[in-house]
Amino acid sequence: MLAVRSLSKTFGGLRAVDGASLEVGEGAIVALIGPNGAGKTTLFAAISGFERPDDGTVTLGGENITGLAPHHICGRGMVRTFQITQPFAKLTVRENIMVGAYLHTADRREAAARAEEVARRVGLNAMLEQAAAGLTVSGRKRLELARALATRPRLLLLDEVMAGLNPGEVEEIVPVIRAIRDGGVTVFLIEHVMQAVMSLSQQVYVLSYGRIIANGTPAQVASDPVVVEAYLGRGAAARMQGAAADA
Amino acid sequence: MKAWAPYLLALAVALAFPQVFRSNFAVNFGVLVLFAAFIGQSWNIAGGFAGQMSFGHAVFFGSGAYASTLVHLKLGLSPWLGLSAALATGAAVGALVAILSFRAGLRGSYFALITLAFAEVFRIVANSVEWTGAGLGLLIPRKPGLLNFQFAERVGFYYVILAFTAVSIAVAWWLTRSRFGARLAAIRENEDAARALGIDIFREKVKVMMLSGALCGAGGTFYAQYFLYIDPSIAYGVDKSVEMLLVSMIGGQGTVWGPLVGALLLGVVGEVTRALTDAPGLSLIIYGGLLILTIAFLPDGLTQLFRSRKPAVKP
Repeated sequence: MLAVRSLSKTFGGLRAVDGASLEVGEGAIVALIGPNGAGKTTLFAAISGFERPDDGTVTLGGENITGLAPHHICGRGMVRTFQITQPFAKLTVRENIMVGAYLHTADRREAAARAEEVARRVGLNAMLEQAAAGLTVSGRKRLELARALATRPRLLLLDEVMAGLNPGEVEEIVPVIRAIRDGGVTVFLIEHVMQAVMSLSQQVYVLSYGRIIANGTPAQVASDPVVVEAYLGRGAAARMQGAAADA
Repeated sequence: MKAWAPYLLALAVALAFPQVFRSNFAVNFGVLVLFAAFIGQSWNIAGGFAGQMSFGHAVFFGSGAYASTLVHLKLGLSPWLGLSAALATGAAVGALVAILSFRAGLRGSYFALITLAFAEVFRIVANSVEWTGAGLGLLIPRKPGLLNFQFAERVGFYYVILAFTAVSIAVAWWLTRSRFGARLAAIRENEDAARALGIDIFREKVKVMMLSGALCGAGGTFYAQYFLYIDPSIAYGVDKSVEMLLVSMIGGQGTVWGPLVGALLLGVVGEVTRALTDAPGLSLIIYGGLLILTIAFLPDGLTQLFRSRKPAVKP
């Protein structure tokens, strides 16, 4: 579905993404993890057209979409959400979601009905007439999800939809994302909440200093010494193994 | 049916007004209020609904006024044909300003400043070239007649500007109900989120500036026909730009009724001030005070007082 080939993005002297390659298969839930500042959000921005990559290609369903504007990429079926939620604050929840639904219909009733249906899928249906500005963090994250879903994507890029949620809220949203995948939408997500990554994704890519340093199943990645060192520092893996052996 | 009640009521009141108050003073007052409401609404479509706040809407107003007047005077055609030229010119200047500003990524205060600069440039050009009559301005000969867009009785002008205002309110109402309007609101609230959801924000912003510019240009035609005279500082002066934004901001930007409510309030305040004192410019000071009070206490404008709750969208 999505293939990224040796993509790079430099800001000034900083190579935020450095030759990253990855693949997201149709119908999968794939996670992108990595320490803070690894370049995950920049990679998402470069994939979704918000930043023009300096090098490398992005293909969606076989079509080269490198450097296209975000609205063109959205029109081709890939939509992103924002880590820092970006609600249309003065509009109601329904109006927010309708903006997404209007991508495929000019009809107001149809867009409103579509918004209602999507709101039900993410558990926002009780708040349809509420102003988006009044939503809780969890509500805003769901709204990001709902607006994106309303554009009927083939591939959904979720940038930390669980950051800032309490464990109970995370537990609620995990099945929502699984249901989205079961509904035929491929999901590629950036996530720090490992509990969610472990239970949701089939495949995990690890980004560190702009490079993909590992990929595999969640269990493989979690036990990979390179990944442990990326998070905890050089020599950490060996020390942890030593500590485990002593115990 | 209930949703239509305020529109029908307002229309009935406006239609009856010059029949009840027949004095020249009253009809002139009505014309000026509706005129301010009309150009205010043209500003509101871009500044309120789409959040593209311009300080230089006079650039469209003036271009429309010159377009129709030149078509009338130089080509000898009816000012009604001039009106279509004004609509087209307003839209064209809207596209020009929008393409140049938005290509350069100007937003917010930067956009406001560049529009102010555009209006100034147009004013200076109109002042310098010969075919606009330069600083002397253009005088339209008085020849009352429907075909000439001139009326022996002021009430004729009143009904024309009432029709203009009704159209502008209909456009604003359409924006609250249409996909285009929803996209404009999305752009106003958050451009990045709008882009992510598939909205071509550049194209939508150019479109709304063309719509706003066209309506504002028509306002220029009306002004020229009503006063039968324009010059560069009337057409492109800051006064008109400020008047448009003032009535919208005080009445409620991004609302259907805001510009009309604002125009009514400022019209009444202006007349009362003039009646009570002969200090020139006092009304302007009061307008400024009202603007500050509105922004401080009713940031969504006076219409906020009448709106209990946003009506639910029915699927």
